[in-house]
Amino acid sequence: MDAIKYVHEQLTPKREYPRFRPGDNIVVKYKIVEGDKEREQAFRGDVIQISGEGPTKTFTIRKISNGVGVERIFPFASPIIVSIEVTKRGKVRQSRLFYLRGLVGKKARIKERKFIKES
Amino acid sequence: MNGLIGKKVGMTSIFDKNGRNIACTVIEAGPCVVTQVKTEETDGYDALQLGFGEAKAKNTPKPLQGHFKQAGTGPKKKVVEFRDFNAVEKALGDIVKVEEIFAEGDIVHAVGNSKGKGFQGVVKRHGFSGVGMQTHGQHNRGRAPGSIGASSYPSKVFKGMRMGGRDGGGRTKVKNLRVVKVLPERNLILVKGAVPGHTGSIVILEKKPTI
Repeated sequence: MDAIKYVHEQLTPKREYPRFRPGDNIVVKYKIVEGDKEREQAFRGDVIQISGEGPTKTFTIRKISNGVGVERIFPFASPIIVSIEVTKRGKVRQSRLFYLRGLVGKKARIKERKFIKES
Repeated sequence: MNGLIGKKVGMTSIFDKNGRNIACTVIEAGPCVVTQVKTEETDGYDALQLGFGEAKAKNTPKPLQGHFKQAGTGPKKKVVEFRDFNAVEKALGDIVKVEEIFAEGDIVHAVGNSKGKGFQGVVKRHGFSGVGMQTHGQHNRGRAPGSIGASSYPSKVFKGMRMGGRDGGGRTKVKNLRVVKVLPERNLILVKGAVPGHTGSIVILEKKPTI
């Protein structure tokens, strides 16, 4: 495993993002390539899962787009991510919010965490 | 064929310059020692014999110990012969390193001893489809092999009939893997995709000849 750590020290640049947890609402700005042009796109949704560790850690965000649920998985180390912004802190009891997939409308909301401990 | 002996370190994923996430196997390849140089005149063909990994002298047969002594090294764990090795000119006792043979973008074949699976049924071992369906009253034939021979003729099961048995644990070659990265300081090479064998097992990397 030591050698794999060394591989990532050499090849995976460290990236810093604001800390967020499952249940938070975040905006991910990422680059997409259209033909030979590059532009930025934003994906806003709730974090339903943070998975893995180290350089292969990923997070999944879910949003409802035109009535259809859309999920997208981003690796934290992905070079296409430009920025991550936390818009709302959510109050949830699970670390994996897959139950949201079965809920629609007002039931699929996440309660906001208003009193946040300063760390 | 040019190649090297290495040790499988494990798998991970890295990003290429297009932002694609590539699953790759990390292999500690070399440094290997030239333990014998075979030539057309003396042996009838050209080849280079390489040794890799430290072994204890007490676990090495005396004749092999003498063989390593001739090359001026200690006992080696694995010795492999590479025919028509022409990437670099090497003499007896020389050390071969990764960066001398492999570069980013090369196509390689990986040879290893695959993970043993034990006694396996016909579905896993030979890719059979099982018998019939899961509903309509059928049960417990889902992973069965079906008929293995007819009745009055031929009244026997033909030799070589594919059945359940020991699976895995044999020499396996995976062809046409791309070299994603070479890290010479730690003798590491990253190869796209999976390589046979468990972590820590010996892997032989062969460079695909360019025609």
